[in-house]
Amino acid sequence: MNIHEYQTKDLLKHYGVPVPPGRVVHNDAQAATVAEEIGGSRWVVKAQIHSGGRGKAGGVKAGNSIDEVRAIADDILGCLLVTHQTGPEGRLVRRVLIEQASNIEREYYIGLVIDRATRRITLVASAEGGMDIEEVARNTPERIFREVIDPAVGLLDFQCRKIAYKVGLKGTLLPQAIKIMKGLYRCMRDNDATMAEINPLAIVDNGQLLALDAKMTFDDNATYRRPAISELRDFDEEDPKEVEATGHGLNYIALDGDVGCIVNGAGLAMATMDAITLHGGRPANFLDVGGGATPEKVANAFRIVLQDPAVKTILINIFAGINRCDWIATGIIQAMRDQNITVPIVVRLAGTNVEEGRTILNGSSFPFIIASNLNDAAAKAVTTVKSIVTHI
Amino acid sequence: MSVLLNKDSRVIFQGFTGQHATFHAEEAIKIGTRVVGGVTPGKGGTQHLGLPVFDTVEEAVQSTGADVSGIFAPPPFAADAIMEAIDAGIKTIVVIADGIPVQDMIRVSRYRMGTSSIIIGPNTPGIITPGVGKVGIMPSHIYSPGRIGIVSRSGTLNYEAVAQMSELGLGQSSSIGIGGDPVNGTDFTTILQAFEDDPDTDAVLMIGEIGGPQEVDAARWATKHMSKPLIGYVAGLSSPPGRRMGHAGAIISNESDTATAKIDTMEELGMFVARNPADIGATVLRAIKS
Repeated sequence: MNIHEYQTKDLLKHYGVPVPPGRVVHNDAQAATVAEEIGGSRWVVKAQIHSGGRGKAGGVKAGNSIDEVRAIADDILGCLLVTHQTGPEGRLVRRVLIEQASNIEREYYIGLVIDRATRRITLVASAEGGMDIEEVARNTPERIFREVIDPAVGLLDFQCRKIAYKVGLKGTLLPQAIKIMKGLYRCMRDNDATMAEINPLAIVDNGQLLALDAKMTFDDNATYRRPAISELRDFDEEDPKEVEATGHGLNYIALDGDVGCIVNGAGLAMATMDAITLHGGRPANFLDVGGGATPEKVANAFRIVLQDPAVKTILINIFAGINRCDWIATGIIQAMRDQNITVPIVVRLAGTNVEEGRTILNGSSFPFIIASNLNDAAAKAVTTVKSIVTHI
Repeated sequence: MSVLLNKDSRVIFQGFTGQHATFHAEEAIKIGTRVVGGVTPGKGGTQHLGLPVFDTVEEAVQSTGADVSGIFAPPPFAADAIMEAIDAGIKTIVVIADGIPVQDMIRVSRYRMGTSSIIIGPNTPGIITPGVGKVGIMPSHIYSPGRIGIVSRSGTLNYEAVAQMSELGLGQSSSIGIGGDPVNGTDFTTILQAFEDDPDTDAVLMIGEIGGPQEVDAARWATKHMSKPLIGYVAGLSSPPGRRMGHAGAIISNESDTATAKIDTMEELGMFVARNPADIGATVLRAIKS
């Protein structure tokens, strides 16, 4: 789960991480009021959407007067911001963060990630702040420094000192850097985050370290015990089909092809998409119905997949372990009956109760295209789409 | 058969009297698994499925000599259950739960250090040794005894591979799911080592997916430490970067995480690789014939 920059900064403030004075607003009048309240002579207006690359896309601008702040806020609010992460359709800006602008002397990067190899949280830092850290890692890996954190004792002072000296944070900056690193770690640990980064962490003109931008991602599996974090979720930033799917216990991700997929298990769902691609087709989505899928759940899966107007055919690939093919088949029939489905349906069933499942499908009057295995299923789905396209 | 579950293994289930554990314990018993009891706090001293129930894993181990545990506790309680099993000296711990917070697994992994416990999962179908038994939720009827070891992240993709192998008459020595989470109990390498040491395994199939360095790390390790043929498949060729594909661990966060990058490295290292998921069985056959 992602949250907005202003929410991340509010959280970090509670952990002793200094951030610029500022507040989020929803219209240009509020923008002017807030700029006046926080004072200063220069302000930054920052679009609040769940995406990186906002600056390049024109979503971050500085104003030198209250009127300018008002004009910029008016400009950015309500526009569709297109970044490398939003896709060509862009993302509507519903709120902007107004902050006092700082004179930046130097920028650094500080982040915490979960390292799968060591199975621990790792502190990552670089003197190349303000840049895309993955690019730095690729081009100049020697400029990135790491400290692996033992969960039994947490991030230790000496680890922070090692990192601080390596990136060149010394003198009066050192105690500030240690406080920020430890605050970031505690914030990540206490709130079940899976990633936390400050980029850039800047030295501003008065010799203070300040988190100018910050990002955190939270563990979806831990929201049950972090109600305060769950409240920060912004459904406007998520695909409504994906939100609806989650509500039905389905795992759905929209893609840009035309073969709708309904599969059980994440691995098999990915493999089914791959088989479609290898046969020259393009999957319209990833959808995992999970284990123990009831007929109702299967019918809901159809509803979600068919909300995408690009879907020209649906491929159902089920290898039932704790699932039951007869329940899946019943769900398919239910969907066909209730949802007026006109696209061709390719079905491949295997595993638990497969005979019962096939009998149910064969006993209906719907023209299912039955596939015997994964290869056959992908081939039939792709052929079906191609023949539809030719007819049009 | 593999070292993790063999004919001498004595199996208990944690969360024994719950609905899922009961169903899967019965299934395990049906195919001959040596189940010796289970643990449900508060129900110690009672019987379930004709077997003793204990309040703590420690008591269960003392009374039954259990060395394998199947944990069916739900995600919020799973980490505690795993650490209880480690504390009691259980050697093989199978964790079925899907949805354990990742920081819980970081703590579990730290707690395990210095012990000889092996954690299979979480988010795994479990372990099956066809002809001997299973601890998990896989449909045992699709497996058959044989000499190919399987280790996978995904459950249903494991079934798919087994179905393709069965059509070609290839059985399994053991099949182990290490789970789809970003921080799991055991990596591919540990399981490959177990299969390499197992006299009843001739070749190993490793089924991976996008996200993380595990498949490539294991492939590199295998070139130096494995004499048996290693076959690989990686799901997610068509998955977009930055999106979590169902499994919390299946997310492309950098270039080395993609399926193509992993497959290319595996091929460079001389592994047998199926690029098409429909060719997994055929690739295994090709590997053992060569």
